[in-house]
Amino acid sequence: MAIETVATPETSFLLGRLTWAALPLHEPILVATFAVVAIGGLALVGALSYFRLWGYLWHEWFTSVDHKKIGIMYMVLGLVMLLRGFADAVMMRLQQAWAFNGSEGYLNAHHYDQVFTAHGVIMIFFVAMPFVTGMMNLVMPLQIGARDVAFPFLNNFSFWMTAGGAVIVMASLFVGEFAQTGWLAYPPLSGIDASPYVGVDYYIWGLQVAGVGTTLSGINLVVTIVKMRCPGMTMMRMPVFTWTALCANILIVAIFPVLTATLVLLALDRYIGTNFFTADNGGNPMMFVNLIWIWGHPEVYVLVLPAFGIFSEVTATYCRKPLFGYSSMVYATVCITVLSYIVWLHHFFTMGAGASVNSFFGIASMIISIPTGAKLFNWLFTMYHGRIRYELPMMWTVAFMLTFAIGGMTGVMLAVPPADFVLHNSLFLVAHFHNVIIGGVLFGLFAGIYYWWPKAFGFRLEPFWGKVSFWCWVAGFWVAFTPLYVLGLMGVTRRMRVFDDPDLQIWFLIAALGAALVAIGVAAFLVQIAVSIWKRDELRDTTGDPWDGRTLEWATSSPPPAYNFAFTPVVHGIDAWWDMKSRGYVRPLEGFRPIHMPKSTGSGVILAGLSTVCAMALIWYIWWLAALAFAGVVATAIWHTFNYDRDFDIPAAEVTAVEAARTRLLTRGA
Amino acid sequence: MSAGHTETAHGHPHAHGHDGHDVPHGTYRQYMTGFVLAVILTAIPFFVVMTRVIPSPGYTAAIVLICGVAQILVHMIFFLHMTPKAEDGWLLLSTIFTIVLVVITLVGSLWVVFHLNRNMMPGMQELHQEAGPAVAG
Repeated sequence: MAIETVATPETSFLLGRLTWAALPLHEPILVATFAVVAIGGLALVGALSYFRLWGYLWHEWFTSVDHKKIGIMYMVLGLVMLLRGFADAVMMRLQQAWAFNGSEGYLNAHHYDQVFTAHGVIMIFFVAMPFVTGMMNLVMPLQIGARDVAFPFLNNFSFWMTAGGAVIVMASLFVGEFAQTGWLAYPPLSGIDASPYVGVDYYIWGLQVAGVGTTLSGINLVVTIVKMRCPGMTMMRMPVFTWTALCANILIVAIFPVLTATLVLLALDRYIGTNFFTADNGGNPMMFVNLIWIWGHPEVYVLVLPAFGIFSEVTATYCRKPLFGYSSMVYATVCITVLSYIVWLHHFFTMGAGASVNSFFGIASMIISIPTGAKLFNWLFTMYHGRIRYELPMMWTVAFMLTFAIGGMTGVMLAVPPADFVLHNSLFLVAHFHNVIIGGVLFGLFAGIYYWWPKAFGFRLEPFWGKVSFWCWVAGFWVAFTPLYVLGLMGVTRRMRVFDDPDLQIWFLIAALGAALVAIGVAAFLVQIAVSIWKRDELRDTTGDPWDGRTLEWATSSPPPAYNFAFTPVVHGIDAWWDMKSRGYVRPLEGFRPIHMPKSTGSGVILAGLSTVCAMALIWYIWWLAALAFAGVVATAIWHTFNYDRDFDIPAAEVTAVEAARTRLLTRGA
Repeated sequence: MSAGHTETAHGHPHAHGHDGHDVPHGTYRQYMTGFVLAVILTAIPFFVVMTRVIPSPGYTAAIVLICGVAQILVHMIFFLHMTPKAEDGWLLLSTIFTIVLVVITLVGSLWVVFHLNRNMMPGMQELHQEAGPAVAG
């Protein structure tokens, strides 16, 4: 086993701990995966070179500070990582359905433990977070009538830091190993004694690099919402998605520093022998668990609040009614934001806190279901007497309400401390959080992707394959996770690799079948995108407002011009675009002025690239390279401050030409 | 014709932070006052720790903590110019929010980990005494 040959790593000056033994050549599954990835990667690089797309990608996308393009890049990153994270899920389902009656399955313990750790880390940090951040980036500035975010360069840099973190985690698949600790890397298992090799270091530095990006993007979006709303858009006139984005980003700014600090302390324990989280010498591993969940619980709401925002937009649009109880929706969002901060202990009721502590956090956790329930009723009352169009986003919304209600109820069960002593660490818990994250966050993202796709690309998504994907995802989810609820109630714990009791196998086979259904759903989603690109001329959206929308993003063309709005909109109420349409709004055709815009820069790519190199060097103990790369980061940052060529004016003639082209489209479509 | 539009030259009144009018700036006198206070508040902890003028480690730690809190306030007032009216009250609001979260984090962690430590690490005291006198006290 690799772990034994490198348990006492020899460190050379030039390459640190990196030796040929780091390549997992003894793992046929990984070698085959590497071959596929390498061939696919070479084909991609070859195609990009053949069609001479590198210059285009670099100038139009990688260095772009346009919030719409950065949002799309986040979504692409999330989609790629979804495939990796889902592959891990399928591997686990297969192993657990297989390893009965004395069979060891097909994954050894070292590999299986990495798979479940990587699945959790990737799905939260590199799928859900990029999707949510990308969606906020793409939509929110349009909804508040802004031309870009408050700090456009920072936005580009944030994206590349997130991508750098993803690269680090992906690299662990083929060089060295990933953590075998579970997705939150509790010490003492993640300490240097129990995990001496590079797995936990990959985990720490991957999250630290991505965490910088997330924190900065959180600051950026908060400032954008607070400072850059168009005239007339008071706080209580903001679209609900913008409200949820504001609360989610406030949470990011509040909690990600806690994660960063906690991981720094863990890194100090591992690298220089401090004892913050060791079980002796005055350390306390329970402090790590406490701190990581102070980050971890609000993180759940960072993901789900924007999804709630998407459902609110979708429900109002497809029911052709103003959202029922706008202000109660806003207050519920704010309540959840604050409450999410005082419930973290419910993740470790069983660790041994006293009755008073457990009661406080149990009751606080149950209270969160009240504002969440209020939201659910708001959506239902919006649908009541509405003219509901059951297009895909509305289908996802209804599926969400049914699925999430169950997830919320099992959550309340887990929030009861005595019940949690039975359910803790069982597959019931696994089923619960997949129930809320898939049923809440992922369904919301799929609704949002279909809803805003025409805004991003100028053509609608093809509905047939979307419906195939929808039914496979929803049915597959229930077939995959209902057995886990059952198994959990029967006392089966999570993260098991082999099972002794043959009676359990049938449930794991059903769950594997569910995973296969979801796999068809994932494939159908990819087919949907491909078919839509193929038929883009038939699906073209010339109006900029394909769903008869209510908020400002539908006031501009699809896709919006670089400057979003030729004139800054002025808002007179909630649902600004609906208001403008109902008052007979006429699009201005002349009098355009030059528009002041930020300029693209490659500094973000360079800074994030150097940070990634620095992190890789730290993982492998290549100190000279880490120092060099860090010096490079500082030098590039200083060099970037002397770049005064940061903005330009789009000439009035160009604005006039773009707007005239839109006028022609609109008259042709009418 | 454009009922729903304004026509400012730069399109967006708040674009790209060109307008610095509501960003608070301090005077030379404010910066100097802040600087001197910060230096004094840094010197006191070093002084009490290095010279050990106060024999009790508990009181020494308390003085260091009090100086730390005072230091935070000095920075907020003299360097970050936080007043209730700055930035249309957003600064005050975000400060209150930050304080609430920091208090929740600190008080909650102390409460939780005190419980955990007392309930779950009972053997620690004896263990340390067996290990040697280095950690006693």
